[in-house]
Amino acid sequence: MWGFYIEQLIHSLPFFLKGLWMTIAVSGLSLLAGTVIGFIWGIVRASRSRFAKPLIGAWVDVIRGTPFLVQIFIIFFLFPEIGIQLEAFPAAVIALTNLAACFICEIVAAGILSVPLGQKEAATSTGLNWFQQLRYVIMPQSMRVVLPPLVGQYVLLIKDSSVVSAIGVSDVTRVGWLTVQRIPQGLLVFGLVAVLYFVICYPLIQLSNRLEKRMSVGYTRGKE
Amino acid sequence: MLETFNFRVILEYMPLFLSCFFATLWLSGAGLIGSFVMGIIACGMRIGRFKLLSRIAYVYIESIRSTPLLVQLFFFYFGLPSLGLRMSEASTGILALTLNSGAYMAEIIRAGVQSIPHGQVEAAVSSGLNYFQRMRCVILPQAIGVTLPPMLGQAIVLVKDSALLSLISLPELTRAGQIMTSERFMPAEGFLTSAVFYLVIYYFLKWLTHWSQRRLIYMQT
Repeated sequence: MWGFYIEQLIHSLPFFLKGLWMTIAVSGLSLLAGTVIGFIWGIVRASRSRFAKPLIGAWVDVIRGTPFLVQIFIIFFLFPEIGIQLEAFPAAVIALTNLAACFICEIVAAGILSVPLGQKEAATSTGLNWFQQLRYVIMPQSMRVVLPPLVGQYVLLIKDSSVVSAIGVSDVTRVGWLTVQRIPQGLLVFGLVAVLYFVICYPLIQLSNRLEKRMSVGYTRGKE
Repeated sequence: MLETFNFRVILEYMPLFLSCFFATLWLSGAGLIGSFVMGIIACGMRIGRFKLLSRIAYVYIESIRSTPLLVQLFFFYFGLPSLGLRMSEASTGILALTLNSGAYMAEIIRAGVQSIPHGQVEAAVSSGLNYFQRMRCVILPQAIGVTLPPMLGQAIVLVKDSALLSLISLPELTRAGQIMTSERFMPAEGFLTSAVFYLVIYYFLKWLTHWSQRRLIYMQT
């Protein structure tokens, strides 16, 4: 009995790989865009702007306080009501980009604030302009605090991308859901799906752990 | 969009939303308690002396952390019946939440336990306390201060994660939005109302985090 199902599952393996490709496409695009937007928002959030800073803070709170599933439903169902027709794929990318930007913004802001103020003052008195300060003094130092949680956040976002299957994006979770209707062996089918996610996420988690160790080595040495 | 926003329908559906709000509270509360117990067990196994148990806990934690909750949920929802185990949707959902969150809890507790200076453990050993007594009387009371804020953070994540249970048709907040959408075709009203209820829980837990941090700092000084 099991042998038969396993054979069936092997036959539908190309289907799963297509789904995996869709997962990689959705999360890759969103992570790329989300990182860029998140860094911009994070720089603003660590600045002293009186208007943009609380605005971004409030938006981040709203996005962090509601489930991703609800966000994606709102984007998918609400945009048509205000006259923008969206396919499932762009809706998923927009929702995940926004989520990524909100989490990355917090990480970047924390990283920038971890750089001692004296560094900024020294940079100012050296005559560097705002962009040069950021580019040559603040950002390189904040990367030590930013990088490990950033990679960890990427893992969380790749996992969150499984939720986009709820609006019909045919990612690997959706493929599993469709397959389980034909092959009624949930353990096998979703075991396979889990393995596919594991292959992507596990190395990234290890990378995050290793980064954390490496970055903290330099930090403690500097403190002594 | 806003001119067509229909508050009367929201009022009409309010009983449904309220009962679903309590369902969300109940499901995530049960998940939180379960994951706390699971986290303590898994952490105890992970940092204990037995290599085999430590290995098992490592595999559990890493495999949970490397796969999405939705996949784990479907794994149990579609998988357990094929093993001949029939469970209600609610218990499947709580099981998935418990196992998922338990892995993160284990890591949080481990970080808390490891933040305690080794001298404390040595002093406890030389006082003749056994493993259980050391945990109970020396390590855990100190670790709670370090672990409470990230645990509340995990509680926020857990409440949001419970939204996924709507996909196995459990009646909770997100499901209420779906029901309203399918009955009246009012997705804006439905899902935005769900979102507001989630935000209420979120801001309460966030306030609790700040409050506990203030209290803990007060207690340390």
